[in-house]
Amino acid sequence: MSGGLHEAAPGRETRTLDLERHTVNVGPQHPATHGVLRLIMELEGETVTRADPHIGLLHRGTEKLIEYKSYLQAVPYFDRLDYVSPMCCEHAFALATEKLLGIAVPDRGQWIRVLFSEITRILNHLLTVVHLALDIGAQSPSLWGYEEREKLLTFHEAVSGARFHANYFRPGGVSKDLPAGLADEIWAWSETFPKFLADLQNLLNDNRIFRQRLVDIGIISAEDALGMGFSGPNLRAAGIAWDLRRAQPYDKYGEVEFDIPVGRHGDCFDRYLVRIHEMGESLKIIRQALQKMPQGPVKVQDHKITPPKRAEMKRSMEALIHHFKLYTEGYHVPAGTTYTAVEAPKGEFGVYLIADGTNHPYRCKIRATGFSHLQALEMMSKGHLLADAIAVLGSIDIVFGEVDR
Amino acid sequence: MSDTTTPDALALDPFAAALGALPGVTSVVMERDERIVHANRTDLAALMTVLRRDARFAFEQCMDVCGVDWPQRDERFDVVYNLLSVTRNDRLRVIVRTDETASVPSVTGIWPGTAWWEREVFDLFGVTFDGLADHRRIVSDYGFEGHPLRKDFPLTGHVELRYDEEQKRVVYEKVALTQEFRNFDFLSPWEAMTTLPGDEKAHRPATSAPAVKP
Repeated sequence: MSGGLHEAAPGRETRTLDLERHTVNVGPQHPATHGVLRLIMELEGETVTRADPHIGLLHRGTEKLIEYKSYLQAVPYFDRLDYVSPMCCEHAFALATEKLLGIAVPDRGQWIRVLFSEITRILNHLLTVVHLALDIGAQSPSLWGYEEREKLLTFHEAVSGARFHANYFRPGGVSKDLPAGLADEIWAWSETFPKFLADLQNLLNDNRIFRQRLVDIGIISAEDALGMGFSGPNLRAAGIAWDLRRAQPYDKYGEVEFDIPVGRHGDCFDRYLVRIHEMGESLKIIRQALQKMPQGPVKVQDHKITPPKRAEMKRSMEALIHHFKLYTEGYHVPAGTTYTAVEAPKGEFGVYLIADGTNHPYRCKIRATGFSHLQALEMMSKGHLLADAIAVLGSIDIVFGEVDR
Repeated sequence: MSDTTTPDALALDPFAAALGALPGVTSVVMERDERIVHANRTDLAALMTVLRRDARFAFEQCMDVCGVDWPQRDERFDVVYNLLSVTRNDRLRVIVRTDETASVPSVTGIWPGTAWWEREVFDLFGVTFDGLADHRRIVSDYGFEGHPLRKDFPLTGHVELRYDEEQKRVVYEKVALTQEFRNFDFLSPWEAMTTLPGDEKAHRPATSAPAVKP
């Protein structure tokens, strides 16, 4: 650390500082940790030599709780896992339950799910991208991003009544049809979004500070990314064109056209770029879903699984019984197991569900996306500066509701 | 080697036959389009190495390791590995059995990303892994006792914590429930009670066991 300038100055005493290893405790509750992460870092000067994330500070025992709930009661827990993309988490559980029940959702229900999965994806990526910028010192994008997110959250609210904890995708379909006029509103928004996306890119893509902080930081090779269990944008940024929506399509993903953005370097900047381009692809899917969506029922018409209409209950005794049985006992799911995964905005979000024939799951393991990504934090930030570790953390898109479960 | 592999699956499916010939595999089944391999715990490392390295299988990713508790069994725990091949676009589930004391070979040497999943299984079920470098708890609290996802661990837990105004810190106390913990099963008596009172004669030969998987 002895400065050349000081050495050159005559008559000045030069001093050499020993680079001691020291341990720094980052968090919990540090704003740049995206939730309650405690990070024990060993530093040499300002260089990270070891990063040990302590997770579990938001552990709520979701998997245990679900074992004591009926299948319908388990759905809201999924909103609270990845609270930045709630509907995609519900989607995995709904698909897993449907697979065990052996039911197929009507076309309109499937299209609505595709539509809202993609809206959720844009919501998630908007937050991630602008928070990454915020973590490394750029404030304006976050204000822009939040404004745009509000528009999308209005759509969430319109269908489910809640901005975040939607409880909208249920086993058997979605809870309600789109309200009148919503499709037109989403279409009108989709006309304006490309302009916003272009503006956001103008603000960030060629920004010198932004690039200096992200390019060649936190590089992970394709092989390492596979070994660490990466998925989603983080895996694609490492150069592997893998997307469950394409490879193992669920709902109506087999019928939509979209491209898979792939990075080459596996650094923070590629992870940012992949997300930016994915938003554009999501927009394509949203528009196709709006165009292709037929009229019809949005959920399975078997009232042993989905509730009857409220109005019907006032007149029909059978509907009343169905309603009562559904919300007390729930439905029985035939014994069996499944591992069902969806391409959530963060990557592969899986549910390993074991049913024993009763009205509650025997075991519901949640394969959280961020868990694998956070594990690689040490690998990616080793040898970088402390501030770069924060950039890496921002670029891998961590939400602790999901990591800790 | 393979001894109880279902013969009809072998004849129809060469891939299942190839899997059945791998070390330690006891059965290969297909359930709802998902392939499941049951294997012996002792041969797990060899089996997983082949599944990862051999081009016929090429399971580059281990997406998830999880435990399942079946307390009525001798070897009460299942350890479940969900593998994914991105080159062949295929999934495979490998299941091994273990109990409270016997440790399972760690697969962290094959997929480094499984280290945290194995730590989680250790934390939640108390299954130990042979060769896992880091056996710290991961999601539960510092100093936590017990393994919460075991079926005999109560939903309420054993301790609760609150902020103590006098001591000016958070204190741990034994869980005190203001009312008894109630776990309603909501099961319809027509389905839960297989034999109704006064109807014993009709059901004597058919002792219908509840539909719980072994």
